[in-house]
Amino acid sequence: MSTTTSGTYAPKPGAAPLGRMIAAQAALETKMLLRNGEQLLLTVIIPTLLLVLFSSVDIVDTGEGAAVDFLAPGVLALAVMSTAFTGQAIATGFERRYGVLKRLAVSPLPRWALMTAKTVSVLVTEVLQVVLLTVIAFALGWSPHGSPFAVLLLLVLGTAAFSGLGLLMAGTLKAEATLAAANLVFLLLLVGGGVIVPLDKFPDAAQSVLGLLPISALSDGLRDVLQHGAGMPWGDLGILAVWSVVGLAAAGKFFRWE
Amino acid sequence: MRSEPVVQVQALVKRYGTKTAVDGLDLVAGAGVTAVLGPNGAGKTTTVETCEGYRRPDAGTVRVLGLDPVRQAAALRPRIGVMLQSGGVYSGARADEMLRHVAKLHAHPLDVDALIERLGLGSCGRTTYRRLSGGQQQRLALAMAVVGRPELVFLDEPTAGLDPQARRATWDLVRDLRADGVSVILTTHYMDEAEQLADDVAIIDAGRVIAQGTPEELCRGGAENTLRFSGRPGLDVGSLLKALPADCTAAELTPGSYRVAGKVDPQLLATVTSWCAQHGVMPDRISVERHTLEDVFLELTGKELRA
Repeated sequence: MSTTTSGTYAPKPGAAPLGRMIAAQAALETKMLLRNGEQLLLTVIIPTLLLVLFSSVDIVDTGEGAAVDFLAPGVLALAVMSTAFTGQAIATGFERRYGVLKRLAVSPLPRWALMTAKTVSVLVTEVLQVVLLTVIAFALGWSPHGSPFAVLLLLVLGTAAFSGLGLLMAGTLKAEATLAAANLVFLLLLVGGGVIVPLDKFPDAAQSVLGLLPISALSDGLRDVLQHGAGMPWGDLGILAVWSVVGLAAAGKFFRWE
Repeated sequence: MRSEPVVQVQALVKRYGTKTAVDGLDLVAGAGVTAVLGPNGAGKTTTVETCEGYRRPDAGTVRVLGLDPVRQAAALRPRIGVMLQSGGVYSGARADEMLRHVAKLHAHPLDVDALIERLGLGSCGRTTYRRLSGGQQQRLALAMAVVGRPELVFLDEPTAGLDPQARRATWDLVRDLRADGVSVILTTHYMDEAEQLADDVAIIDAGRVIAQGTPEELCRGGAENTLRFSGRPGLDVGSLLKALPADCTAAELTPGSYRVAGKVDPQLLATVTSWCAQHGVMPDRISVERHTLEDVFLELTGKELRA
């Protein structure tokens, strides 16, 4: 432990420029996510395995056409859910538990800037996921249709809806409860949200309820566009918009930082 | 080092449910090092966290560097450094990674490498936070509090559980901060820490400041010194008192263990030993002790500090 010359610690306070703070925060959050094995399992390995497995082996009746044309949109929806909802909820829950949010709250980084950085980190991760899954889907013979703009809009609204719900969970439950609940919800929505199992396999009554879930709206919307070449899937976009507004408003109101 | 107060707390009240954690607390801290001393549960952390802007006072006012920590948080935060009692770091982050990150949030941070070396954090290498030792975690938290070159640093029990070497390194850094004009508010339940570091000590008990002053002032406030000796039980303390100067007290604390409190000088020592000689008492042990903050605390509260 060396000595220091006098004046080293002389006060010279100041916040870094906002853009630099947000970029640094987003970079760190993304790095933490990519370093975490459980998160990678959720965001990369499971969607990839499902895509490859169900495209190559005829386990689920996916209707007419190549299985991959049905599965790729569903798996893209799953990727968005895994990052924006499950991953973000678990990571944020533990950040809250370990005092990371508390410590950052007294740093020069404003809260809105922290949330912006988290969103950037989620989007960066999603871009990586989409690129990877798209490449694999093409290798499996995927032939997508539709407007890239509609796809982008669906992905963004889906991200907003799942982020709101994920942050609501992370900011109100204990970290362990968030971990358990986020994984359980992931599994339930994977099965019941039209990701790999078409919703029309469920009884009619269940279908109408399941169809209102954000994951169903996202996978159905993506499928309408990418598999069937539909225009703007307004119904699904509307459902996602409602979830976004409700989820983000509730998260904003009920999130507890400690 | 007295000047404009860096922290001004007036009649602060903070309740959690039905429990009153802080009960009408007044505290003024100037430049330099102020130690907030008290047993667990006295309200130290609540007071400090209110100054940091974490908690809204139920009553009273708090000003830090002249600002309201809740309403003027954005202006205050870049100017203060905070060391939490525990946590505050991503469990998957390495020590240097986290410190560099906090540095990036500030406009003119310290040289991170020098700070890492100074606090002996270089040995953490690629170990992530959750696998660091308690001492390493604490030194990282300290580094994070100072890296932004703040005017005022809050350290919440900075050396709790540290080994003596790490403790000394922390003390040295606090002294350097003070020398370079950084004000420090530290909470502690170590008396020696307060005596070593603080220009000013506020003793808190049950949510109020019960005494404040320099360590010297506080120690002078009670009896100045203590002389203790052991002899056979049941000596006539009244006769000893008559031999002593008027402002002294004498008592048999436990059977066979006696305490004389007052201005202990060579004359007093001679008086006590000659009284012993007259009464055929052979003191097996005789000692003169400086009055410590620990004694002050015990006198003020009737409680041991580290209960």
